[in-house]
Order: sequence, then C-alpha cells, then structure tokens
Amino acid sequence: MTSSLPTDFLGRIIYLITNYTSSFLRGAATTIAIALVGTAVGCLIGFIVGIIQTIPVSANDSKLKKILLGFVNVILKIYVEVFRGTPMIVQAMFIYYGALMYLDINMGMWFAAFFIVSINTGAYMAETVRGGIISVDWGQTEGAMAIGMTHFQTMLYVVFPQTLRNIIPQIGNNLIINIKDSSVLSVIGTVELFYAAKQTAGAYYWYFESMTIAMAIYLVMTLLTSFLLRKWEKKLDGSAVFDLATTDTLAHTSGMLHGPERKQRGI
Amino acid sequence: MSDEIIRVSHLGKTFGKNVVLRDINFTVSRGDVTSIIGSSGSGKSTLLRCINLLETPTSGEILYHGEPINSRKVNASEYRTHVGMVFQSFNLFNNMSVLDNCVIGQTKVLKKKKEDAVANAMKYLEKVGMAPYINAKPNQLSGGQKQRVAIARALAMEPEVLLFDEPTSALDPEMVGEVLEVMRSLARDGMTMMVVTHEMAFARDVSNHVVFMSEGVICEEGTPDEIFECPKNARTKEFLARFTQSRGLALSS
Repeated sequence: MTSSLPTDFLGRIIYLITNYTSSFLRGAATTIAIALVGTAVGCLIGFIVGIIQTIPVSANDSKLKKILLGFVNVILKIYVEVFRGTPMIVQAMFIYYGALMYLDINMGMWFAAFFIVSINTGAYMAETVRGGIISVDWGQTEGAMAIGMTHFQTMLYVVFPQTLRNIIPQIGNNLIINIKDSSVLSVIGTVELFYAAKQTAGAYYWYFESMTIAMAIYLVMTLLTSFLLRKWEKKLDGSAVFDLATTDTLAHTSGMLHGPERKQRGI
Repeated sequence: MSDEIIRVSHLGKTFGKNVVLRDINFTVSRGDVTSIIGSSGSGKSTLLRCINLLETPTSGEILYHGEPINSRKVNASEYRTHVGMVFQSFNLFNNMSVLDNCVIGQTKVLKKKKEDAVANAMKYLEKVGMAPYINAKPNQLSGGQKQRVAIARALAMEPEVLLFDEPTSALDPEMVGEVLEVMRSLARDGMTMMVVTHEMAFARDVSNHVVFMSEGVICEEGTPDEIFECPKNARTKEFLARFTQSRGLALSS
C-alpha cells in the first residue's frame, strides 16, 4: 500500500482531494454553517444591544426608566468589553468546559460552536451598530420627530435602515472573520474545515499538502463571500437614475433624469 | 381669542450657564405669518425649536390652545403632528423616495390608509411643484427641490402651524426664490406660519407680524411697517441699517 503513495507535492494533493473529498467538503460546509449562523445571530444580538445602548434619556423621563436603563446598559457594557477583550479560542474552552464541569451541560459540537461564535460576534456588532446609529445625521431623527414619530418609529423607519446600509461592509467583514476564526473551535472538537484538514494531514504527516488544500478552500469561501456582499450592497443602493413621473411629454423629452453620479471611494 | 393657537409666556432656555432665551412672550393666532429676525446667535432658532419641543424650555410656558405642552404629561409626538417644522438642512429621510417621505408620517403616525396618504401627499407635492419627482431619492435633488419636498412632507401632516427654521439659509441664491415662492403661496392660502429668516424682503412683504430678537430677548415686535419703516429700538435700527447696507438687494426686491 505505502509504496503506491505519491511522493511529490502535486501527486499528494491530488491523492488527498480524491480520497478525502467528503471529509474536506463536510468540514467546509460546517465552517460555512457556523460562520453564517454565528454572524446572523451575532448581528441580531448586536442590533438589540446597540439599539438599547442608544435609547435617549431625557430629563422628563421617570426615575424607574432611568435606573432600569442605566442598569441594563452597565450589563451590556460588561458583556461587550469581556467578549471583545478576550480571545475566542479561550472563550470557547472556558464556556464549553465550564458548562460541562460545573453546570453539567454538554453543549454538543454544534450548539457550542453556534453559541460561542454568536456571542463573540454580538459583542463586536454591538459596537458597530452603536457607531452606525450615532453616525446617522441627527437631522434625520429631528425630521422624524418633527412629523410626530416616536423614538421607536424613528428608529424603525428612518435611522435603522440607514444604519443597516452603512454597516453592511462591517457585517461582511464579520462573516469573513468568522469563516476563518471558526477554526479555533477545533479545540473543543468541532469538526470544521481546519479540524478536518488536520485529521487528514495526520494520517500521512502531509501537513503542507493538506493545509494547502485548506488554504485554497478558505480563500474560495472568503472571496465568494465578499463578492456576494458587494452585489447585495449594489442592489440595496438602487438605481442611480429615476423615472420622472409626468404625463407631460413636452416637459422632458428623455423622460429620465440622471441624479448625481454615486461616488465610491477606493474603487 | 378663540383664534389663538400658541401662546408663549415667560419662556426661558439655558444651556448650562449659557442663557439663550430670556422671558419670551408672544402669541400666534390662526392665519398669522410671524417672521422672527435678528442676528445669528440671538436665539431665534432655539425659540422655534422650543415651540416644537425639539429643545426643552428651562422656564416659562408654551400653551397650545390653552394647554401647557412643556410638561411631563404631554405627549410630545402627538403635539408635533399639529405643529410642523421645516429645517434649514431639509432633513429629508435619505432612505426613502420623495413620495415615501411625504407618506410615512401619514400612515405610521396618523394611521391613514395608504391610498389616502398617497393622494394627500400628491396634492401637496403638486402644490410645491415636485410631483414629477416622486420616485427620486433626496440625494438626487437640488437644495431648493429638497426644501420644497420638506415643505410638502410637513404639509401632508396637515398641521395647524408650520415652523420654518431658516428655510433658505442653506440654499444657493438662485434656489432661494423657488422656496420663498412656495412659502408666499402658503401664506396666501391662510397657513399659520412662524418663520425664522434672514430674508428681509420676505419678512416685510409676506408676514403680518415681525419679531426682532437680540441676545435672547424680544427687542421689538410689531407689523412689518412698524419694524421696517420706523423701528423704535436702537438695536433694531442698527440691525436693519447693517442689513440694508450689506444686502441692499434683498430689501429692494
């Protein structure tokens, strides 16, 4: 058997790909699943935390509201600082083994992975959302308040849609980070792409070859992700031209008006 | 006095130690077009923002149909649907089309049916001459167009009073005219308006009441003739003299 094993780099790569296809693919699928779910849930956590942190308190508000909001904000601040300020690899072991040994909960590979990536992403997204909300011009809020919208309505219809548009690059950034950083979950036995590649490598001591394949798969996944995110952004921005809604054909012979060219930096 | 809509009495506003408004008193009755003039930093905008509760007054009272509105019990959002505001920087919702800008308040705040809200919005967009642009986004419009849409948005809520906070100050000179024209036509239709402005010709020709403010107090108020033709207060005289010197054109237009 051993004599038939390839000895050159290319031969080994082909050997690994053909014999361990399903192992790599399953690892890649697991990585994508963890990254997608972790980013989605993390965004949700981030939105909630970011929105709570930007609730305005005016002098007219009741004392109870002030105290309650102050208390919740302290908790949220601790959450953000702790999970942003410690490495995910340590968080993974801390939470997984903590739950196992002291709470008698075996989270299982999937739940542990989703949980850890989600709360980690949530801590980062909370700051991103908070920044996104603050960066929407205050005039937008005043415009909404001036037509009688409540804080909640202002958020929902005016500020949040603009925040979302502004933080999409950051959401994409987090998704790409999660695709890569989910590899640290191998320490708690999550069989994602890195774990699968390591296992495969271990069988033959072909670390370089196996990691070359893993590198290529990671790169394809992240490039594809950033490509799709760009497309989504473009779609959200809508058309740069708009139809002139007039039946007066003499008004504008072309029937279309061009808005100012949408400027993009760094492209 | 059933026509009285807003009464401001002994209104004061301080930002920390900085006194911005002191003992402001005046009333706005139905159909009044009140112009508030004065140099920058005299508290004009702050006064207007207090009336819309975008700033909380630190003392005094604002009565809306006899009801004090700057107290804790009053629902500020509900009150603001009756007192519209047009801003210097337009503040159109950037994420919505022109039409949606004028519809959203009606459907979400006034709970009107979508068709009714659209029809109503179209009525006012036609009035300001922006009906052809309903599909445009705010960043595709010129400043004057944006301000006209902002006026339509405020009108679509069918407020009793419309406040204008320097509506033409952020516009290129050639766009000032189109916005002032819309405001003139509103005044002709009997809309109750309070306008903070540096357009002296507008204050003189369109309003029936002019308030001159300086250093946080009302120095002088009266009819346009009283203020512009024979001002009594020394500071009013000085201000108007400076204005006619530097912007002679504005008054002669």
